[in-house]
Amino acid sequence: MASVEIRGARKSFGSTEVLHGVDIDIPNEAFVVLVGPSGCGKSTLLRMIAGLEEITAGEISIDGRVVNLVPPKERDIAMVFQNYALYPHMKVYDNMAFSLKLAKVANGEIDRRVREAAAVLNLDELLDRYPRQLSGGQRQRVAMGRAIVRDPQVFLFDEPLSNLDAKLRVQMRTEIKELHQRLRSTSVYVTHDQIEAMTMADKIVVMRDGNVEQAGPPLEVYDRPENTFVATFIGSPAMNMIEGRVQVKNGAARLQAGDGTLLPMPPTAQARDGQPIIYGLRPEHFALTGDSAGVQSKVAVVEPTGAETLVVCDLAGGEVQVLFRERHHFKPGQPIRLDPVAQEVHVFDAESGRRLN
Amino acid sequence: MAVLSASGREVQQVDWRKRLLHNRTFLGLLFMLPAAALLLTFLTFPLGYGVWISLTDEKVGRGGAFVGLENYGWLFEDSVFWLSVFNTFLYTVVASIIKFVLGLWLAMLLNHHLPFKAFLRAIVLMPFIVPTVLSALAFWWIYDSQDSVISWILIELGLMDETIDFLGDPWNARWSVIAANIWRGIPFVAITLLAGLQTISPSLYEAATIDGASEWQRFRHITLPLLTPIIAVVMTFSVLFTFTDFQLIWVMTRGGPINATHLMATLSYQRAIVGGSLGEGAAIATAMIPFLLAAILFSYFGLQRRKWQQGGRDD
Ligand SMILES: Nc1ncnc2c1ncn2[C@@H]1O[C@H](COP(=O)(O)OP(=O)(O)OP(=O)(O)O)[C@@H](O)[C@H]1O
Ligand SMILES: [Mg+2]
Repeated sequence: MASVEIRGARKSFGSTEVLHGVDIDIPNEAFVVLVGPSGCGKSTLLRMIAGLEEITAGEISIDGRVVNLVPPKERDIAMVFQNYALYPHMKVYDNMAFSLKLAKVANGEIDRRVREAAAVLNLDELLDRYPRQLSGGQRQRVAMGRAIVRDPQVFLFDEPLSNLDAKLRVQMRTEIKELHQRLRSTSVYVTHDQIEAMTMADKIVVMRDGNVEQAGPPLEVYDRPENTFVATFIGSPAMNMIEGRVQVKNGAARLQAGDGTLLPMPPTAQARDGQPIIYGLRPEHFALTGDSAGVQSKVAVVEPTGAETLVVCDLAGGEVQVLFRERHHFKPGQPIRLDPVAQEVHVFDAESGRRLN
Repeated sequence: MAVLSASGREVQQVDWRKRLLHNRTFLGLLFMLPAAALLLTFLTFPLGYGVWISLTDEKVGRGGAFVGLENYGWLFEDSVFWLSVFNTFLYTVVASIIKFVLGLWLAMLLNHHLPFKAFLRAIVLMPFIVPTVLSALAFWWIYDSQDSVISWILIELGLMDETIDFLGDPWNARWSVIAANIWRGIPFVAITLLAGLQTISPSLYEAATIDGASEWQRFRHITLPLLTPIIAVVMTFSVLFTFTDFQLIWVMTRGGPINATHLMATLSYQRAIVGGSLGEGAAIATAMIPFLLAAILFSYFGLQRRKWQQGGRDD
């Protein structure tokens, strides 16, 4: 097991730079998830850790050793590919045994390790099959098996679940997490799915356009996004963003939205009177009030999911998504009053998108 | 009752025709008929006729009588025929092996990220595009006993004092025609294998790299096994083409010197058309059939889908 440090890593393909100086600390035994929209450079960074892409500038070290010039096989890493990359002409057993055979491990030892990994992943019955004869989920497990037989210092995953259907994805998510809790091996996991990131990570690294936007424990990133990009990227349904200006009256700050609606602001916000800001509030942070408290709003669409009710409402001249834990039988067009929970409000500078509270 | 049964029979009759038209086997046979007729006319007939001629003593301009296996008997005693069999095998085996090795090597080079890739691929295809007769003439000139470029270069470089008699000496001639055949056959092998290489997902190589495979091990454990089905096809065709080669030899040496480069195909042509003994020529050509069949059978078993390719899924 080992830690991984990435210092000022840059990557250019020809004249285009796709990573612009990335710093990430991956502590020993941690499960770190790199998340970001398509094309932001997650896979490229992962492949640089693996040694499949050269590092244009900066340093990557594994277990304290700079590996910039170390070939992949000497980095002691294992990688699970998005398309699994199973060897089609080898049976499951041989797929898993391949790296050990190359390393000239004794046959008895190979057999022991392959069977052990197969038992962990429920692959015992499938060892004699070819990859073509497996379902997507089974192939995914074989790919994992191929990685764990080697007992590497670091596991690298590149969107390993994106080819699975929704249900299997949730199931495999849990399995991977369980596996990590069991093996405690340092893992770097790439995904563009923020739910995967939230549920699996010890630490989330949110990337955009070749830069790290924010890194930290999932709930911390969720509760205190540092800018509007992270705020809208993490969380589903996404955070509501309302543009407006700060209005300070009698020492209390409020947001004045475009249509004049006044919304309460958290007391911690550092904003001057008249400053243009973006007011962010997660869908679950609205309270339904019956009396004159809160602001007037109108129901547009109701989307019940069973456990929760998502209501799209017209509010402050735009639409907001509101999530209720309890069931409501609203009708479209019905007027309701919503009260934003002031201490849950995220205030961002309209120009830079930076967090102000 | 009577009316009923009459109309019943009619219904049955229509039914019978309808059913025939819905019968898959019948329809299959029906649709195959035109193709089968074509095959029969243009493939089976000449082949059958050729075999028939080989059983007669037909000469050009004179019909022949059935002589049974007499032609084959003659051939069996004929040392020139056996020399041509030897030449054909030498030619086929040596040229095919070298074409395979060089073709695979070239394909792997072209599969790398090379500068001017498209240009290089076009160059590789050149020998394939040039008409055989033209390239044979070019080789004829290259191998000329007086003005050979190769001799000239070697002499200029001071490596030799006199010209090489490429096509005048039996063994020189054999290696020379083999070299020409290799030059001509490599593009087919290289380009087809290149197409095969490109179907191998790069992530397999990356996975193998991470698994600790060296370049040679990646070739040995990934490239080669995944390429076998295509190698089987390419090499079968390559062997067939080489075994039946005619043009190159005929233009360059006409089978000489002293029959040293006669292949079965050229000998057959010489005996039948040049010499006029149609029956004997046909017998030589017919004698090639078993070898060709063997090559096709080899490909049939080689081409059979490997176990790892089977399985219910199409993705
Ligand atoms: N071999 C390459 N040559 C040139 N540009 C490349 C190459 N590989 C990646 N890029 C570019 O680098 C950027 C980052 O690509 P990368 O594959 O790392 O994205 P990603 O974050 O993994 O996206 P996705 O979620 O779609 O997989 C993209 O703009 C891509 O076009
Ligand atoms: Mg990617």
